[in-house]
Amino acid sequence: MSQAPLAERASAREAPHPERRGLPAGVPVRWASLREALHAEWTKLRTLSSTGWLLLGVIAVTVVVSASAAAATRCPSGVACPVDTTKLSLTGIEAGQAVVAILAVLAISGEYSTGMIRTTLTAMPRRAGVLAAKATILTGLVLAGGTVAVAGSLLAGRLILPGHGFTPARGFPLLSLAEGPVLRAAAGSVLYLVLIALLSLGTAAAVRDSGTAIGVILGLLYLFPIVAQVVNPHWYRHLQQIGPMTAGLAIQATTGLRSLPVSPWAGLGVLAAWAAAALLAGGLLLRLRDA
Amino acid sequence: MTASTVTQYRPAQRPGRDGFAQLLRAEWTKFRTVRAWVIGLVIAVLVMIGVGLFGASAGGSSCQAVSGGPVRTGGACAPTFPAGPGGEPVTDSFYFVRQPLAGNGSITVRISSLTGLLPPANPGPVATDTRPGLVPWAKAGIIIKESTRPGSAYAAMMVTADHGVRLQNDFTGDTKGQPGAVTTTSPRWLRLTRSGDTVTGFDSADGTHWTQVGTVHLSGLATTVQAGLFATSPEYSVISQNFGGGGGGSILPSQATAVFDHVGRSGTWPASAWSGGYIGAAGGSGIGKYHQASGRFTVTGSGDIAPIVAGSGNSGDPGKTITDHLVGTFAGLIAVIVVATLFITAEYRRDLIRTTLTATPRRGRVLAAKAIVISSVTFVAGLVAAAAGVIIGAQVSHARGSLVFPVSWLTEVRVIAGTAALVAVAAVLALALGTVLRRSAAAVTIVIVAIVLPYILGVASILPVGASEWLLRITPAAAFAIQQAAVQYPQVNALYTPTSGYFPLAPWAGLAVLCGYAALALILATIMLRRRDV
Repeated sequence: MSQAPLAERASAREAPHPERRGLPAGVPVRWASLREALHAEWTKLRTLSSTGWLLLGVIAVTVVVSASAAAATRCPSGVACPVDTTKLSLTGIEAGQAVVAILAVLAISGEYSTGMIRTTLTAMPRRAGVLAAKATILTGLVLAGGTVAVAGSLLAGRLILPGHGFTPARGFPLLSLAEGPVLRAAAGSVLYLVLIALLSLGTAAAVRDSGTAIGVILGLLYLFPIVAQVVNPHWYRHLQQIGPMTAGLAIQATTGLRSLPVSPWAGLGVLAAWAAAALLAGGLLLRLRDA
Repeated sequence: MTASTVTQYRPAQRPGRDGFAQLLRAEWTKFRTVRAWVIGLVIAVLVMIGVGLFGASAGGSSCQAVSGGPVRTGGACAPTFPAGPGGEPVTDSFYFVRQPLAGNGSITVRISSLTGLLPPANPGPVATDTRPGLVPWAKAGIIIKESTRPGSAYAAMMVTADHGVRLQNDFTGDTKGQPGAVTTTSPRWLRLTRSGDTVTGFDSADGTHWTQVGTVHLSGLATTVQAGLFATSPEYSVISQNFGGGGGGSILPSQATAVFDHVGRSGTWPASAWSGGYIGAAGGSGIGKYHQASGRFTVTGSGDIAPIVAGSGNSGDPGKTITDHLVGTFAGLIAVIVVATLFITAEYRRDLIRTTLTATPRRGRVLAAKAIVISSVTFVAGLVAAAAGVIIGAQVSHARGSLVFPVSWLTEVRVIAGTAALVAVAAVLALALGTVLRRSAAAVTIVIVAIVLPYILGVASILPVGASEWLLRITPAAAFAIQQAAVQYPQVNALYTPTSGYFPLAPWAGLAVLCGYAALALILATIMLRRRDV
């Protein structure tokens, strides 16, 4: 922990603090600024070996599952293949999001399991600020890792699919970010992972225990598409529209947009609403509860 | 505290009593006294029933969805199908040229031709003409049927387009006869003989050398039955079998025409003339006719005499199976996996593991005791939830007027007990992985993703059917095969894919795959637990 420079700077600026009731005179007290909170959170995540491994895991799992899905799909000649190649190439996001969820959950649950959260909240009593700092750092990390994962997946699809019958001559142009729908799917998938991270962070802040938090998050993500399979078409559409995963992944669609239960950006909006609600609930509980 | 007040600790139990039973008791006490775990298990049971209940109540096709569907009394409405002798919903529509047969007797024919018409190749805005051709299970032959009521018992000898001669009875029975297609140069002779409740089918290539294809029992067959010639042809479906999700495609009627001659009868046939008519025209288009001239009968029909397949996509989704009432298993499973993982990882987090392993230095036994305790409690929880889910789900579906495919009580027991076993084995897998990783987040994620994600990818994604089936063979998700209640009939062409509820592995084989993963994880966990420092 880089607490030393914080203490030095604290002693340099000894402005009287409104919150120093009960503290003996001479003890320098001030709240860490948001910038310092960000720095602290960045140091905490950066120095954990698990963070790097999990980010690598996000990339590896996403690319491997995407490439496997592309490799498993063939379009024999003479058969019409109703396949959205962009969506197919991004199948790995459905698995990679689980690793993103672990990363986000550990960012806060790890502190609860080691007791670090007390130090964190002592240094930064503005608890919403702590959550905001964690969310910001996570967003940056997942943006970076997600971009690599999505780029790798699309590259794998671009290399594999033409050899499996999905050739430009048959109406499947090479996947290219220069095309609007593909770019939307790619950028949207990265944003999807970011929103999953924020949803997970908020949930973990509310639940605290890492195992339980992961269970709640994966349940929230995976249950909607499963239950949607057994209900009638009316409910099927509704479940697809409100499920964080089913709605959020609408952003990956590049064909047949009219028949989608929810349009791409609206779907991502649904997921954003889930993430905002989770962060709000997590932030409130973090404020109201004892650490 | 001074030395004089220290009294030596004497264990209350006599030495030699720290057997495996004590270990089991210790682990059971740990589980039972952690309120969060007990609550977690109760939640697992409740969500398993609750989610299944939602599936049952939101699953039925509503009145608005079925246009022109027959309305039942009591306001509830659903597509109605005739019920076969076994109670299962069936299609029973064919063209029937018949006479009553009183008492025992037999009928013999020769079939020299089976041809048909298929719907246009590309049913688009510009309708092209129908084209000659047969669907694989187009059929024609002779039939002895209880009555003309759709769904009544029957036995039939028939020639088919692609599956040779068959003896079929009561919609689900199907016995193979001579292979090969029927042509004018290679005709087929068929014979059905009734003797009491027993009907025997014979086939022959020349009318002199007969082979018995099989014998069927139609219990309680009336004295006077309807017997004669029939022709029918199932719907022609253009369904892309390569890709999941796309269960759509067009389903259009086809028709088959057969030419019969050398019609021979023995026994008492009170009516002297044949009469032709369509059976069960409501299901089919009513295409059918017959023409009789100088001993030759030309019979044309459309429809099918077959069980209705769950999730086949024929005329929408015809009904539900009890599997649909267990959709909550996924929700319950997630809660169980969390509890089972915490059962060991919480010991690491709270350092209780040191006490546990000091008390029982034989670490393998600790893991065994934990596995037995967690699998027992989760099995009971799974059993309660699955039984309640099936029973309540059937009530809800019935109240809403949706059709639930009947299954034998053996299947029902297999599905319920299998679901409980699935939950218990998944819990052991989670426990073992929690022991290996010592971190709950990673262990919970891996187990949930390994069990649930392949199912989602296989059932509700854009993966091709082949890839979906492989996913459901080699991943722990194969275990959901134990919940399959839908029956795959070889004599009915349908989409038997994971999306329609058909698993590539047999029920117990699927569960065995999950057991294999759990056993591997348990071995790995034992080795790691023994080798590692705490």
